[in-house]
Amino acid sequence: MSFVEEIDYGTPPSPSTEMVTLTIDGRAVTVPAGTSIMRAAMEAGVEIPKLCATDMLDAFGSCRLCLIEIEGRVGTPASCTTPVAEGLVVATTSERLDRLRKGVMELYVSDHPVASLDPCQQNDLELLDVAAKVGLTENRYGFDGARHRSTGLDVSNPYFMYDPEKCIVCSRCVRACNDVQGTFALTITGRGFDSVMAAGSDQPFLESDCVSCGACVQACPTGSLIEKSVVEIGKPERSVVTTCAYCGVGCAFKAEMKGEDVVRMVPYKDGKANHGHSCVKGRFAWGYTNHKERILKPMIRKRISDPWREVSWDEAIAYTASEFKRIQARHGIGAVGALTSSRCTDEETFLVQKLVRAGFGNNNVDTCARVCHSPTGYGLGTTFGTSAGTQDFDSVEQTDVMLLIGANPSDAHPVFASRMKQRLRQGAKIIVIDPRKIQLVRAPHVEAAFHLPALPGTNVAILTALAHVIVTEGLCDEAFIRQRCDLDAFQDWAAFVAELRNSPEALAATIGVAAEDIRGAARLYATGGNAAIYYGLGVTEHSQGSTAVMAIANLAMATGNIGRSGVGVNPLRGQNNVQGSCDMGSFPHEFSGYRHVSNDAVRELFVRDWGVPLEREPGLRINNMLDAAVDGTFKGLYVQGEDIMQSDPDSHHVAAGLEAMECVVVQDLFLNETANYAHVFLPGSTFLEKDGTFINAERRIQRVRKVMEPKNGMADWEITCALSNALGYPMHYAHPSEIMDEIARLTPTFAGVSFEKLDQFGSIQWPCNDKAPAGTPVMHIGSFVRGKGNFVITEYLPTAERVGPRFPLLLTTGRILSQYNVGAQTRRTANVVWHDEDVLEIHPHDAEERGIVSGAWVKLASRAGETTLRALVTDRVAPGVVYTTFHHPDTQANVVTTDYSDWATNCPEYKCTAVQVALSNGRSQWQDDYRAFADQSRRIAPADAAE
Amino acid sequence: MASDRLIQMANQIGSFFVTQPRVSAPEAIADHLRRFWDPRMRDAIRQHLDRGGAGLDPAVREAVRLLGTSPER
Repeated sequence: MSFVEEIDYGTPPSPSTEMVTLTIDGRAVTVPAGTSIMRAAMEAGVEIPKLCATDMLDAFGSCRLCLIEIEGRVGTPASCTTPVAEGLVVATTSERLDRLRKGVMELYVSDHPVASLDPCQQNDLELLDVAAKVGLTENRYGFDGARHRSTGLDVSNPYFMYDPEKCIVCSRCVRACNDVQGTFALTITGRGFDSVMAAGSDQPFLESDCVSCGACVQACPTGSLIEKSVVEIGKPERSVVTTCAYCGVGCAFKAEMKGEDVVRMVPYKDGKANHGHSCVKGRFAWGYTNHKERILKPMIRKRISDPWREVSWDEAIAYTASEFKRIQARHGIGAVGALTSSRCTDEETFLVQKLVRAGFGNNNVDTCARVCHSPTGYGLGTTFGTSAGTQDFDSVEQTDVMLLIGANPSDAHPVFASRMKQRLRQGAKIIVIDPRKIQLVRAPHVEAAFHLPALPGTNVAILTALAHVIVTEGLCDEAFIRQRCDLDAFQDWAAFVAELRNSPEALAATIGVAAEDIRGAARLYATGGNAAIYYGLGVTEHSQGSTAVMAIANLAMATGNIGRSGVGVNPLRGQNNVQGSCDMGSFPHEFSGYRHVSNDAVRELFVRDWGVPLEREPGLRINNMLDAAVDGTFKGLYVQGEDIMQSDPDSHHVAAGLEAMECVVVQDLFLNETANYAHVFLPGSTFLEKDGTFINAERRIQRVRKVMEPKNGMADWEITCALSNALGYPMHYAHPSEIMDEIARLTPTFAGVSFEKLDQFGSIQWPCNDKAPAGTPVMHIGSFVRGKGNFVITEYLPTAERVGPRFPLLLTTGRILSQYNVGAQTRRTANVVWHDEDVLEIHPHDAEERGIVSGAWVKLASRAGETTLRALVTDRVAPGVVYTTFHHPDTQANVVTTDYSDWATNCPEYKCTAVQVALSNGRSQWQDDYRAFADQSRRIAPADAAE
Repeated sequence: MASDRLIQMANQIGSFFVTQPRVSAPEAIADHLRRFWDPRMRDAIRQHLDRGGAGLDPAVREAVRLLGTSPER
């Protein structure tokens, strides 16, 4: 049993490079100028008692416990708010200080509803720990006197409760909400004895603006705010540092455990991606691991109309192997394939692609990045030479101008959104290009300098128009271009963007944004200091997704905003390990490290290591697999941890492809929508149940550590090994660290990575090799990976998906804070209190024309299909644009999206579908039919019938 | 594989490369098809060209021609 202890230094570190030496309790201490005396003392091992201070927050100076004496100065200043100075002589203890602290502490305790001063009797009470530290052993005032007003327990939030009586008004919660999270949902109300923290306008938490990030709970020293799980389960006994399995931010958490139960997930301060912050998903939404719908036994069936039959692992693996062998014998080597999972570890995805290439003997492997960031790979690979974001998240602290396009970090990457807001509150500016008024357009103390609500499908037009302004107004960084970029390519590109047809004035009507706003944004981006571009799926999921990524890279190169901290091009990756799944060779044309399968030297490396001949031709992408299945040449699919039936576009086509296959194998936690079409179900394990690594959006490789045994009996990597062994290609690993060793052996950008090194460093950003043994936080310093930066012509070509009389509105889809991707995990948590159904956002003008009010059932129809859902009338969307999420299978929003895709990568055009919206009397035929089919398909035969 | 889907995909690829200077569009398109299309997809588009290639843009037709005439499998 061990607990990961984190030192609280009381105040944040000082960024100063000037060093100051002072004396604390007789010992010389040297720290950066600007450091508080409290922190300097703690760094020297001297802990000064405190209640209102914590190193996640700036000093506040209200609790009066951290008093000190300074030689030559009068009084007893607070050490948290007093900065160090050269030569100071500080005493942290004295008879006077002890007396003052005890007196103050006694008053706090007397106002606190505890029955004793024994910290062991209470759950997580920092207050009583501090009381013990100051030597308070009794409370002369008793515990029965008047206390802070009690408005009663607030248990409205599903994950934590608030007891105002326990509040000591230290404001740590309020400051955490303001300074760390940036929501400003909490305040102190009342005066004197009546003062107390309140959410919103003294509302229950659930009704306030609180986004349930948990920062306030983490900050609370008194248990006034406390996780319900701590109250229910009790104090944790041990903790393990691991990495969140939700979005691409990759927050590090301490999983605090009692036996095999998770008591709580506490964000880890040493986590380089999150620095101790979290969001509602990672902090609280882990209950799905024990959800009653989780499947723990393997199951098989001959036909998808049959009920499932529970079988042993041996039978399930043997059946799967025999089916895949039969299919390959009858339909050819290329008739089977697999999908790796961006929710699984690097080691697991590496094994699945190895299984395909070495075990199946083809390259039919793909991953969900196909439908999200595959254009990032193509676009950044073509322009810069590698397929990844250029910066670390910390880089934002040096950013002066953020250009945010096609991303909604407040919902999809909330912890990084908080970092962005912190920087914006310090004075940085933001340009938002998005058809919706996302939160970063206007949030508390944040207002975008420009919001350019470009119509869906016009990203390339607006990016080229921005470039037009930069080139024609002489705003290029010529020295950077001359030194770092291909000059011929630059001149071609500059001549192209300078054409009048690419001016903001010429394109304004197409884009739907005033020309002067485009000009203003371009000038700000080019001249506002360090400028960084952050983008998401609103860029990639278009027919010109790859072109838009290249247009973004062009802008960064033209303005010299690449190759140092504070700038760069930063794709915000969707799923937790989408970067890693791409890095691991999950695409049908690439080995790990983005090396093409036709490269003889690279292929030979793998042939020697894996001991089998390998195919030199690219395999099928997932959309091609489905096409080929309908066509009759693709018959077997192994899907690890993805739900293509819900997540991929044009659900009718996905269903047709899956139905046409003879053996679909789904490895997942739950009977997801894809499993409705499966013949084998292999129960998967959660991130809490296995070892491995995830790689986040900043290329950061972080350890995933097992905190409990797999409830299904096997970690996912072990299942893939078993399947491979049954297929006749031996895979034997004792531990995932051995898989990482193989990855490092075969992948130059990972050559220096090992579990041992990750444990030593905490995390590492690739490339990590002899040239960069500690990793690479910022890429393309000095030169691009490809040598010279490559400018690419980005001709705007309107999508073939056009609005017209039948389908006059444009649908764009996205995500919401409380839910994650297809919702398989988050729908099985209390997060449904915030979002229990997908809704359709529609502008008041479009709604009025159709007689639609908020809450009305509406039919959403495209040429691909139709569904029904409730409407939300809001001007968050522009006229002519509607928006929904795809978190709920009952809506199945992707029944509406089409088969159009990015020209280079086949990434689907989720963000631009011509639709019509009309009032509806009820559910669509598809919804009724599908629900009936799904209910039928999920039947599990009783155990005795299975024998 | 369904020809109309492959035709649309190939023409999309073509529409990018015909805008690029200093490269032969047909060669660049053919290279893209070789790098990213499974052989059965290349066979299918080649067979479509053999049947007249209806719907293929000029540069794409030339690119498919550059893929060669014999099936790759």
